[in-house]
Amino acid sequence: MSNRTYELIYVLKPDAPETEVADMHKQVADIVERMGGAIDKTENVAPWGRRRLAYEIGHHKEGFYVLEVITGSAELMKEIDRRLKVTEGLLRHLIVRVDESTIKAERMRAKRTEESRRRRVARGLPPDRQPGEGPQGEDNDDSGDLMFDGGEMEA
Amino acid sequence: MAFGGPKRGGPGGARGKDAKDAKGGDKRRGGGFFRRRKVCKFCADKIDDINYKDVKLLSGFVPERGKVLPRRISGTCAKHQRGLRVAIVRARQLALLPYAAD
Repeated sequence: MSNRTYELIYVLKPDAPETEVADMHKQVADIVERMGGAIDKTENVAPWGRRRLAYEIGHHKEGFYVLEVITGSAELMKEIDRRLKVTEGLLRHLIVRVDESTIKAERMRAKRTEESRRRRVARGLPPDRQPGEGPQGEDNDDSGDLMFDGGEMEA
Repeated sequence: MAFGGPKRGGPGGARGKDAKDAKGGDKRRGGGFFRRRKVCKFCADKIDDINYKDVKLLSGFVPERGKVLPRRISGTCAKHQRGLRVAIVRARQLALLPYAAD
């Protein structure tokens, strides 16, 4: 049995009363508990919570977003997905497995740090950046603001 | 962002010039337009994990119409464009980004 980390985001109707939000959370929590998982984090305040939708869903222009980070098995998430699919009053939901991409990102970062250290040593510098060594990368470049000046080319 | 940035010699040179001319034409009007070498934003800013929740970041790659900004315009590298696409598609499902806007 493997323990995996997932993110679950669901969108409730904007007019859902607080009890409904709590109820939804309880439903999820019950399944998680029953199937031996754990909720690591629940977020329903900014940037989540009440938010404008990018497009209308069933005449709603806003939605109430809740993000839950859950550790558990694939079967658990499957069950949650099944339940959410048949739940009314839910505009959207999405489950994404995040542990792999997090590990991958960390590995990339480690690799980059190592590489930069190796290069610095090769140049006869101490492996880590010293304070007051001058700007690097993002700080001194002015791209970004002009990044999309080609965007208006569309007919 | 720069179009047809300076290529280091080679057969690509002529092609780069064409692109430059076409682009330079409509940009010169503003005066003082600087062509810049395109860099992948994700490589430059060292963003390893392109996250579907980061609407602010993603919306920079989704122009008015709602389509994904092509690589040829944004300069994103192939690897990161793939990740970007996945992130945008996920964000669309949750109505964080539009499918289409008119």
